[in-house]
Amino acid sequence: MEKFIFAFLVGGAICMLGQLLMDVFRLTPAHMTVSLVVVGAILGGLGLYEPLIKFAGAGASVPISSFGNSLVSGALDEAARNGIIGVLTAIFETPRAGISSAIIFGFLASLPFKPKG
Amino acid sequence: MSDKKKKKLSPVQQEYQQFAKEREPKRPIAKNCLRAFVAGGIICTIGQFFHWFYMTYFNFTEVTAANPTVASLIILSMLLTGLGVYDHIAQWAGGGTIVPVTGFANTITSAAIEHRSEGYVLGVGGNMFKIAGPVIVFGVFSAFIVAIVRLAVEALGGML
Repeated sequence: MEKFIFAFLVGGAICMLGQLLMDVFRLTPAHMTVSLVVVGAILGGLGLYEPLIKFAGAGASVPISSFGNSLVSGALDEAARNGIIGVLTAIFETPRAGISSAIIFGFLASLPFKPKG
Repeated sequence: MSDKKKKKLSPVQQEYQQFAKEREPKRPIAKNCLRAFVAGGIICTIGQFFHWFYMTYFNFTEVTAANPTVASLIILSMLLTGLGVYDHIAQWAGGGTIVPVTGFANTITSAAIEHRSEGYVLGVGGNMFKIAGPVIVFGVFSAFIVAIVRLAVEALGGML
């Protein structure tokens, strides 16, 4: 049960960080998400993001920074198995569910829905 | 604006910059942060519920359950975007709805729906990743660099 509380707190904190980047440092939403992804990739490379996911569950895996982490972790796992070429072949290994479902359902959504407002 | 940039502007332009700066509405930073915290927290809690669901009823582990969780949230967010609800939530929540993966899905869906009138190949297919593209490009490139650096450090006998 405490997992839900940690997810709320950590997820909320990451979103607040994003809001601060937009309001205080005047980044556009696109620059803000890109920065978070790069930070996530660096933390993943240092091996610090996985413990955060273990601690906060979805609180760490739902914010966009986990996209950077999962790219790195997939590449590193495959590189450990099959050598350095694994960085190229397996970079989409872990986040493939997110990417493919985004493409599939994004396209499906464009079939029935019309632009609003 | 930095001093270096300022020097290139003519006096009239500088005057205008000053004029625009004074009239720009102040951003309620504390209120925005609180809203982002609450909204982001709620989205992550919903994600945690999916996480728990996939771990309990399917054979996913703590780490692998993140994949179906993200996919479920993406589907949810796309439905809400298509129905026009997500924009209203985002209006209130700001960064709380942009940072979670639901915001990523929202940008893809809204771009796809918006460009539908230009046809399915050039409109939907060509513009789907217009806003979400930078995230993928910079994510993949930075992940590549980070992975190479990490492997190099390991090969050189670093302690990582």
